[in-house]
Amino acid sequence: MKDLIQTLAEAWGPSGHEAAVREVVLRLLEGHVDDTRVDALGNLVVRKAAAGGAAAAPKVMLAAHMDEIGVIVTHVDAEGFLRFAPVGGILTGNLIGTRVAFEDGTVGVIGSEKRDDASKAPKLDELFIDVGARERAGVRQKVGDAAAFRHGVDWSNGRPITPNHDDRIGCAVLVETLRRLAPGPNEVFGVFTVQEEIGVRGAAPSAFGVAPDMAVALDVTGTGDTPEARPMAVRLGHGPAIKVKDGGMIAHRGVRALLERRAEQAGIAVQLEVLTGGTTDAMAIQTSRAGVPTGALSIPSRYVHTPSQIVDLGDVEGAVRLLVAVLAQPLEGVVDGR
Amino acid sequence: MDVNLLRRLSEAPGVSGNEGAVRRIVAEALRDHADRLWADTIGNVFALRRGAAPPEGGVSDPGAGFRVMVAAHMDEVGLMVTDIGDDGSLSFEAVGGIDARVLVSQPVRVGGSGVPGVIGVKPVHLTAGGEREQAVAIGSLRIDIGADGRDAAARRVKRGDYAVFATEMLDLGPTLLGKAFDDRGGCAMLLDLLADRYPFDVCGVFTVQEEVGLRGARVAAHALAPQAAFVLECGITDDTPKKRDDTPVTRLGHGPAITVMDSTMIADPRLVRHLVATAEAEGIPYQLRAPKGGGTDGGRIHLAREGVPTAVVSIPCRYLHTPASLISKSDFENAVRLVRAALHRLTPEVVAR
Repeated sequence: MKDLIQTLAEAWGPSGHEAAVREVVLRLLEGHVDDTRVDALGNLVVRKAAAGGAAAAPKVMLAAHMDEIGVIVTHVDAEGFLRFAPVGGILTGNLIGTRVAFEDGTVGVIGSEKRDDASKAPKLDELFIDVGARERAGVRQKVGDAAAFRHGVDWSNGRPITPNHDDRIGCAVLVETLRRLAPGPNEVFGVFTVQEEIGVRGAAPSAFGVAPDMAVALDVTGTGDTPEARPMAVRLGHGPAIKVKDGGMIAHRGVRALLERRAEQAGIAVQLEVLTGGTTDAMAIQTSRAGVPTGALSIPSRYVHTPSQIVDLGDVEGAVRLLVAVLAQPLEGVVDGR
Repeated sequence: MDVNLLRRLSEAPGVSGNEGAVRRIVAEALRDHADRLWADTIGNVFALRRGAAPPEGGVSDPGAGFRVMVAAHMDEVGLMVTDIGDDGSLSFEAVGGIDARVLVSQPVRVGGSGVPGVIGVKPVHLTAGGEREQAVAIGSLRIDIGADGRDAAARRVKRGDYAVFATEMLDLGPTLLGKAFDDRGGCAMLLDLLADRYPFDVCGVFTVQEEVGLRGARVAAHALAPQAAFVLECGITDDTPKKRDDTPVTRLGHGPAITVMDSTMIADPRLVRHLVATAEAEGIPYQLRAPKGGGTDGGRIHLAREGVPTAVVSIPCRYLHTPASLISKSDFENAVRLVRAALHRLTPEVVAR
């Protein structure tokens, strides 16, 4: 599991540039799935057939997004400094001094113009990227080039810190679930989606293609367990969080109940999540075609959307065990009489 | 370019939801070019141009089953009458994104018969200095059609009537000045492009209601289920002098702009590379649009069904969403050249996985 997390976290993939992550996922799943395809937008769809190849088996879609937040160059100035726009929910208060990496490996640091009131978060147009250029002519970056927070994994007290647990940790859960899962009563589609961070854009077309009977999105959620945190009843290390609701969707009650029941039966610690802002691919999947019973399983993460996000390995392991338990049995209360 | 066709398109009234006059011009212009011409229930116009037949004795069409959507929207931003006052003045709301500051003292045409009016403002003699320094709110503005009281006004206009800017297009030589180039410029480009036959089926789609939320494109792309799409736009240009070395989104006269990312879409990187390679091979000037705000029909088209690889080519346009915008004829011509060449060079392999 540690290697898996490390490998996925080191792949470069801001929204719209998920090819490297896709290659890594394909390699990690080699020999573990029945077929794979990449759709028009770049979503990777892998399939694991039901036992005996039963044609009428219910179709379950599990989705985790490959993309991470980043920045995109809007202008190269006369001195070679790069102005940029956000790709996804960048928090400008954390950006000064942050290192970002471009696809070709070039690393830049985010600097700021002088500001009259340094107590306030800088505005985006006061910031720029310095790639160490001596002159403009030496700058390889051009308008439209994207960068992600510089990658790297640190392990502190056994907990991984990365700039992109959102949502490589979800990808890791999905890869490991597909590896462990034996053919069962359900046909399982693992969907590694694109462009979640800029408006859950990849998930809807992929769900249209899969046309599942049930779906679960795998993503991170915030926690309320740090000093003077905004109150939230989710703690790191207390198990994966079964989503009740977030800023974009209310989880299907049947899916939520099924997750809770299987967790109880298997003795897996879980928490319930109510997130006041933000959403996941589940929102887009839920309203695909004529509607899909959809839930979400979240890995609690501190400091989401910053260059240093922390998760707990026990929560990750719990999520994998819970998903395997759900997929290995009939989908009672969601897809009945099939 | 056919300046007179663009003039007719520019001067036609066609605020979102009321694109009939533009639809008629488009349909007439397509009569001799489209292999099939139809409209859907929301009002989008589709013009199918079948792929070129395979050469005698040659292999079957390699593009068989490959269908490309090329879209431009017919609607423009404008106004809608919300009420008639006792004095016969008309209150109104904006349809689409309009900065209220551009409205003051503009002549307009109201309703289907084009009743002339003006968005009135107090003369300078009667305003205090402080008053003149404040931006007006749209709710405080009225259209004056010269009617003496409510009954007189109600005989000529009614609640729900649209109003458009009364701007006649002017040919300034290298540039054109007029209203609604967003996106009649794109419509004119598309009409020009549909005169050609390409190696595969191309369906030109003239969409409705882009300015109020990309609404027509959504259903059009679902119905058409294309394998790739190009969106033709007149897009933001902010190349007028700035105080510091900062980002113009595009520059007038520097060639068509290719979108990498905007608020509604990340353009398909393979189609972006294809457009850039085409421009470089053909010696067509182009610019990459700075990834800033704004959106196009592409935002809906690329998410249709299982997803559609989509790119946007825009003609740089100054003073977008105002009564008088400005484009360069050379940008128009180069935009048409770029998309025409990109379509002729496109193969299914470019977007294959």
